[in-house]
Amino acid sequence: MIVMEEMLKVFQQHRGDAIVVSGRANRHWDGISTLKNRDLSLGDPAMGGHASFALGLALAQPNKKVVLFDSEGDLQMSLGVLATIAEQKPKNFYHFLLDNEVYATTGGQPVPNAKTIAYDAIAKGCGYPAAYAYTNLESFSVNVGRIMSGTGPVFVAMKIVPEIENVPIGQRAPRLRRTKEQSIADLRKELGVSN
Amino acid sequence: MTTEGSLSPETVLAEMKKNGITHVVWLPDSETNWLYLLMKAEPSITLVAVPREGLAYSAAAGIYIGGGTPVILIQNTGMMESGDSMRGWAMGLNIPVVIMVGYRGYTRHGVNKDTAATYTEPFLNAFRIQYYLVENSSDAPRISVAFEEAKKTKRPVAILVGDEYHGFNR
Repeated sequence: MIVMEEMLKVFQQHRGDAIVVSGRANRHWDGISTLKNRDLSLGDPAMGGHASFALGLALAQPNKKVVLFDSEGDLQMSLGVLATIAEQKPKNFYHFLLDNEVYATTGGQPVPNAKTIAYDAIAKGCGYPAAYAYTNLESFSVNVGRIMSGTGPVFVAMKIVPEIENVPIGQRAPRLRRTKEQSIADLRKELGVSN
Repeated sequence: MTTEGSLSPETVLAEMKKNGITHVVWLPDSETNWLYLLMKAEPSITLVAVPREGLAYSAAAGIYIGGGTPVILIQNTGMMESGDSMRGWAMGLNIPVVIMVGYRGYTRHGVNKDTAATYTEPFLNAFRIQYYLVENSSDAPRISVAFEEAKKTKRPVAILVGDEYHGFNR
């Protein structure tokens, strides 16, 4: 199992100027990232949509690398998106899956078939040209530079230590330091987008 | 090739191009089969096929935030299944996007026998989505009205396509 914060610190060294859709990694990524105007933290607009959102962003910005920190509960809701991504073949898309095996924000209940499902195999089967799986930080650290300097689409599944939240939603510390509206506005300004 | 009183796919494509569409996010249905062939041949448009309608809203949101101009092309059945995605990814992120919805079951003649049609407009009203009915090519300017309204309000606006594009059922 990999500690999310430690993984993100390693990733940061290889980020370059990529756009990062931080998903549920945002709780740590916000304190690690050094290019906040290229981070997109949206909270949880509706579960199951992060991968297709990041795909859309990658298609609209084909000359910028787009990194997604996805989660396995989100992806299980929309596994078919892997076929859509593979069909579109966005060379600038880097799909990192944080698999903690549970619905961490609802108290830690296991996702379906949490222990034996192989997300990298599913991605490969859907047509991703490259898919990897890591269960320890050392292996990830050795390979992440090569992955980020290569072309996408690439899928990287990681087993992550769960950080379970089990207090009422209204009593939790805010996850977003910028509102989602501000995060979107900052990115669009950074990209020079004004449609 | 159109018949009087029908909605020409060429007209629909022309409306899309007129409004600067860069990406069509879609899931096929019988209403859009013939339009597919035209869109596929149009170099200015990228087709993004999704396997479930809910994914269309999040994909469209990413495209818009990245500077593109998406349109969503789905059937009413899938639209109804994808309500929460529409809420969170389109309304929640203030995405100005037109949803072209195949109005399965719609008829102005006789009695509606398809519950897909029965619940379509109540569904849109529940989500407070403005919509326009397009039944034939003379209604096509409403498509541009929808694009203008979406842009102005930064919300999704629906076009209910009340006629098949006369490919599948020609």
